[in-house]
Amino acid sequence: MKNLVILGAGTAGTMMANHLRKTLKKKEWNITIVDQEKTHYYQPGFLFLPFDLYKSKQVKKTIDKFIPKGVKLIREKIDKIIPEEDKVLLQNEKKLNYDLLIIATGTSIAPQEIEGMMGQGWQKDIFDFYTYKGAKNLRNKLREWEGGKLVVHIAELPIKCPVAPLEFAFLADSYFKNKGMRDKVDISFVTPMSGAFTKPKATEALNYLLEEKKINIVSDFNIERVDNEHKKIIDYGGQEVDYDLLVTVPTNMGNEMVERSGFGDELNFVPTDKATLQTKVKENIFALGDATNIPASKAGSVAHFEAEILTENILRFIEGKELKATFDGHANCFIETGNGKALLIDFNYTHEPVKGTFPLPGIGPLKLLKESHMNHMGKLAFRWIYWNMLIKGKHLPFVTATMTESGKDFDD
Amino acid sequence: MEKVIAKNTVSLNEEGYLTDFSQWTKEIGTEIANEEGIQMTDEHWAVIDYLQDQFKKEIPLSIRKVGKSGVVSIKEFYQLFPNGPLKKASKIAGIPKPVSCI
Repeated sequence: MKNLVILGAGTAGTMMANHLRKTLKKKEWNITIVDQEKTHYYQPGFLFLPFDLYKSKQVKKTIDKFIPKGVKLIREKIDKIIPEEDKVLLQNEKKLNYDLLIIATGTSIAPQEIEGMMGQGWQKDIFDFYTYKGAKNLRNKLREWEGGKLVVHIAELPIKCPVAPLEFAFLADSYFKNKGMRDKVDISFVTPMSGAFTKPKATEALNYLLEEKKINIVSDFNIERVDNEHKKIIDYGGQEVDYDLLVTVPTNMGNEMVERSGFGDELNFVPTDKATLQTKVKENIFALGDATNIPASKAGSVAHFEAEILTENILRFIEGKELKATFDGHANCFIETGNGKALLIDFNYTHEPVKGTFPLPGIGPLKLLKESHMNHMGKLAFRWIYWNMLIKGKHLPFVTATMTESGKDFDD
Repeated sequence: MEKVIAKNTVSLNEEGYLTDFSQWTKEIGTEIANEEGIQMTDEHWAVIDYLQDQFKKEIPLSIRKVGKSGVVSIKEFYQLFPNGPLKKASKIAGIPKPVSCI
C-alpha cells in the first residue's frame, strides 16, 4: 500500500483529493489530506461581504463535506515536512509517511510585516477583506460609516486575487451611490504598480472605469509604515496618503509550515516548476495553488486548471513516465465593476488579457475585457459552480485547462 | 521602437524599457543609467545583477523583496536609484518594470 498525502484542504487540496481518489486504485493508494481548519471558505465571496451583497453563511461550509469517501481527513496543524525522510510532522508529534506529497497550503495575509499596520487603528479604521473576520468587521464598519477618505491599498505584490482591490473600489463607488452618500466619500486606489492597470490592452479598455467612478490613483507607492495617530500611510520615498478608512491588502505570504520546512523563498512560497508543477525540493513532492512560487496569478481558476494538469502528471510520475510540461499559467477571472456588471479576463503566461468571447469563440456567451450584465450573472452563478462542481473535481464543459487562443482579438 | 544605445540597436517600449532582454549589454545599461542621471558603481551593479537573476528565474520583484535580498537595504536602494528605485533599476537592468495580471 502506498501513501499519497495532500497538505491543505482549501480550493486546490480539495480538488486534488477528488481528482486523485477517482483516478488512483483504492487497493494501491491511501490518500490522506491534512488541514487544521474546520471551515472551507468561498474566498471570492469575501469581496461581497463588506457591502452586504452576500450573507456570511453563503461563503462558508465545512471542509468535511467536500472530502470524498476513501480519503482520510486529518484535522491537525502541520509542523513541517522532512523531504529527506519522506515524512510530514504534525503538531501533535504524529508522523505521516508518504510516497508522494502534494503541497496545497495556500497564501495568507501577513499584516504584521508592515510597521504600524496592526497598531491602534487595526480593525477600527484599518481593515482587510481577505479574511472572513476582516470582511465581516469591515461590513459592520461600512454600515455605520458616514463618509470621508476611503483609501484602498495594496502593500506589495504578489497577492492572491490581484484584481480584488480594484473590484473593491468599484463596488464601493456603487455602494455609496446607492446609499445616497457618494459625494461624502473620496475614493483613492494606492498601489506599488505604475497604475491601476499595468497591461496595455487592459489599460486601453478599462481606464474609463476609473474616471467614471471618480477613483483617484496613487501609483508607485511602496508602503513603509502606517501612522495610526495621524491616519496616514507613508512610503519609502516619503510620499504620504491620508485616510479616514484604510482598506488594505497586506503582504501575502505562504504558510509558515513552508518556512519551518526550510525550503521556501522569503515570502514562504514553494519553489516549483511552472509547467509540470513538480517542486524543486524533491521529485516526489508536487505543489499547486497559491502555495507555489510560479509566475502564474494566485487565483482559484489557476488552481482548477493546475489540478487537471497535475493529476495527469501524478499518474505519469507513478508510472515512471516523463512529466508533461503543459501548464501555461492559464487564469480566468471575473472582475466586478459595480451596478450589476462585471468583466471577464482570460489569460496565461504569454498572453495578456484581450477582448473576445468565452468559452465559445464568437458565441460566448461571456464577453472578455468588456463590461456586461451577463458577466455579472456569471460571477454570481460561479458560487454554485464552485461548491457543486469545481472543488469536487468536476470538469467544466467547454473550459480547457490551457488557454484557448481562438475567440480572442489579439491584433486590435 | 528601435533605438541605438551604446552603438547597439535595441528594441524599446514607449517607456524606454528593453522588450528583449537578450539584447542587453553592460554598456547599454550604463548608457540608460546616464540618461537616468545615475553614475554606476559596483554597488549599483550588484543590485542590477540581483534583479537580472530574479528575472531569469521568473521571480516577481518588489521593493521589499529587494530589501530582503541581502544585496541592499531598502534605504540603500533608494539612495542608489532615487525616485522609484525599482522602476529605474529595472530599466537599467534591461528587464520589464513590475506588472500585475491586468
